[in-house]
Amino acid sequence: MALDDKQQYQTRQFKVVGTRVKRPDGVDKVTGKARFGADMSAPGMLIAHVLRSPHAHARIKSIDTSAAEALPGVHGVVTRADFSEITDDDFTADILDNCMAGDKALYDGHAVAAVAANSVAVAKRALKLIKVDYEVLPHVTDVDAAMEDGAPVLHDGRANETVPEGMSPNVLARYEFGHGDIEAGLAKADRVIERTYKTEATHQGYIEPHACLASMGPDGQADLWCCTQGHYMVRNTCAAIMGMEQGQLRVTASEIGGGFGGKTTVFLEPVALALSRKTSRPVKMVMSRSEVLRATGPTASSSIDVRIGMTKDGQITAAFAELRYQGGAYPGSPVEFGSMSAFAPYDLENVKTVGWDVVTNRPKQAAYRAPGAPMAAYAVESAIDELAKGFGLDPLAVRLKNAAREGTKASYGPTFPAIGLEATLRAAKDHPHWAAPLGENQGRGVACGFWFNFGGDTCVTLNITPDGTVTVSEGNPDIGGSRASMSMMAAEELGIPYEQVRTIVADTGSLGQNEVTDGSRVTFAVGLATIESARAAKREMCKRAAMVWGIEEDAVKWEDGAAHPAGENAGKHPPMTLKEIAAVASNTGGPIAGHHEANPEGAGVSFATHMVDTEVDPETGAVKILRYTVFQDAGKAVHPDYVEGQFQGGAVQGIGWALNEEYIYGDDGILQNAGFLDYRIPVASDLPMIDTVILEIPNPGHPYGVRGVGETSIVPPLAAVANSVSEAAGVRLTQLPMSPPKVLSALHSK
Amino acid sequence: MSKIHITTSVNGDPTEFLCEADETLLDALRDRLGMTGAKEGCGTGDCGACSVTVDGRLVCSCLMLGAEAEGREIGTIEGMAEGDQLHPLQRKFIEHAALQCGICTPGLLVAAKSLLEKHPDPTEEEARYWLAGNLCRCTGYDKIIRAVMDAAQEMREAS
Repeated sequence: MALDDKQQYQTRQFKVVGTRVKRPDGVDKVTGKARFGADMSAPGMLIAHVLRSPHAHARIKSIDTSAAEALPGVHGVVTRADFSEITDDDFTADILDNCMAGDKALYDGHAVAAVAANSVAVAKRALKLIKVDYEVLPHVTDVDAAMEDGAPVLHDGRANETVPEGMSPNVLARYEFGHGDIEAGLAKADRVIERTYKTEATHQGYIEPHACLASMGPDGQADLWCCTQGHYMVRNTCAAIMGMEQGQLRVTASEIGGGFGGKTTVFLEPVALALSRKTSRPVKMVMSRSEVLRATGPTASSSIDVRIGMTKDGQITAAFAELRYQGGAYPGSPVEFGSMSAFAPYDLENVKTVGWDVVTNRPKQAAYRAPGAPMAAYAVESAIDELAKGFGLDPLAVRLKNAAREGTKASYGPTFPAIGLEATLRAAKDHPHWAAPLGENQGRGVACGFWFNFGGDTCVTLNITPDGTVTVSEGNPDIGGSRASMSMMAAEELGIPYEQVRTIVADTGSLGQNEVTDGSRVTFAVGLATIESARAAKREMCKRAAMVWGIEEDAVKWEDGAAHPAGENAGKHPPMTLKEIAAVASNTGGPIAGHHEANPEGAGVSFATHMVDTEVDPETGAVKILRYTVFQDAGKAVHPDYVEGQFQGGAVQGIGWALNEEYIYGDDGILQNAGFLDYRIPVASDLPMIDTVILEIPNPGHPYGVRGVGETSIVPPLAAVANSVSEAAGVRLTQLPMSPPKVLSALHSK
Repeated sequence: MSKIHITTSVNGDPTEFLCEADETLLDALRDRLGMTGAKEGCGTGDCGACSVTVDGRLVCSCLMLGAEAEGREIGTIEGMAEGDQLHPLQRKFIEHAALQCGICTPGLLVAAKSLLEKHPDPTEEEARYWLAGNLCRCTGYDKIIRAVMDAAQEMREAS
């Protein structure tokens, strides 16, 4: 067989990839038909609500549910006693403890019991009848305070072997990366600056609250519908918590109303399953917005020390950062990623980062778009900017001078292959935005950002239907247009029109294991598996055509959606189109499908440079975003609209993080702003258009050169906005968010 | 507590439902009538995902009681297309890729339609302020505003 599989990304002329086709779920989503997590019901369904701790830290001495259980309409109540303890897997045990508190409530909003009833009103009434006897304990919510001697302790004995003796038991892990000699490098600098930066926790802020519908029968089989970034993860986690075999639990992913990392774990699902098991009825659970903010996973807050040395011509001689992240009440803050990514954009001889994973009485953090990287980039890029401006140097030129490139040994270990950072910096330098004039109280900031990107377990099946249309089954919830992208890559590879392909997100019974939609992995990994599935189907279709023609299989090639006789047989038979081959499939060996299963390496790291103009109101301290441009390497933009959308969305989430968004805890450890009025995400009137420049430096690890694009876009904006505001205000701010009171106070301190 | 019987009109259809006295219009639409196009993003009137019109006026259906629908005309996302003909806003949202996850889309469309009925020729800034009550976390609003402005132009040219 002479399949043209060797077509390389460098020379390939794309027909479908790179166009702006309409998404297959578009009509359903503009007409209200699309079914999200809370849009599903089942006959005989009960509604469940959760009782949550009103204390930041408390021992649960007893829970009396008898009065709630006696209330007419209540069918079941669960507490931690309804779950088997998990003793052999700390990771899953922590997830269970976060879904339903054990001995202690560890944060304001921690679930302590749940009621399933025949109506919302009864469920809410029943919650009030549950008596919990709490012994309130001292609490801590600040990362630096939690590391101090004598800080209230959440867990004893959870620190791993990396943590030195004598530290607070709230410090659970230490990470270190880097190479070279920091002190020797700093000695060569003309100036060394040392700064401390702090960022507050922010929430992913997806507009759809968590929701699920669980149904478990007395035979032990269960079905679960939920909004998630990974229904295979939901299956595996819930099965472990419920003591079920994974094959007995089928999970179907609803349409997902945003996730940004926050839906890469479970909160409600095991509780709904436990209630369904107890009541033998379907159980639906939907969170309120306040529950989402209090009890799902925001990102970490951080406190970061940076020490960087630079020569007066802009060469960084050494760079050091110590990062302290609190990830809520359980281990696993993204400080490891922060420590790895902090200096990744730069080619440094002497570099070191140290990261500390710290627990506090806050909700268990969940991934948030490039988890851990934005805060690290904020600190590093702020310091580099201050050094560059101090020497009167062009901040883009300084970054170009130190930029990582192909062959650079990254601060976190590997040596970079072809990467796009320089391309983004040069594009920024050449863009009219860089030369545009600025007015009074206005400033311009730039910053770079990096993200690793990821592959992960992936399964795709591509079926040729009898009439020659193509269906692609993949296992990753479509969070921003990925069904369109998969259909495009399948159409490209098969040489057929986009409209001839339909991609669906299959349930957990239909495919093997699939990693969650995270790590910017879907267009890369699921795309790769889709292309390989199409190639497998093409090989089979060439075989069928060879059978029809009575020639050897390897004397057939696939071109433009049809099998062609090749070599000495060329021209001897008319080509057979995909439709013609499909029509005779039954007589040539049966149905035709291609599938591919892999855990692909080679995701291809990603870089971006952001540029932003702001204006500071000297009377109020309010910051207005005047102009914003994103420059990012996409490898190959499969659907440019959705690539731009990822750039724009990440930039605006970063603007919110920089200017407005923060978790505000009172001295009592209670979250004070658990609603969208007080936890203010950017609205349309806060923003200008977000300009985008897509760079395409192909990723050698993907057949079409694709790199993930979803996460990198949130890495630079915190620093880019901070650098812009610092220029506009004439004073450097070192804490986020730069809300009006903080900016005003900085202006007054000048 | 006995339920309240409500007679109303939804997207032009005569409609009756029973609801609790403290039940929101949003819950009545979703749970009593099975119209799940309007979404609950916050329940406090801050996100606009539940936007509907009541006698032509844009409201958050999470801030209104179901019982208040008595004798009113309710308009929801389900009534925006005419048969298989999408409203220009719906078409432009698809063409401009103005949605990523799509959860805010029904509310944004209802709100944008309400804008263009009152102000057929809005400036970009007017559109941004009118839609400031509709939160979108995916898009950064860029493509949404472009879609609304493009739809406005097409509708003006068609009228």
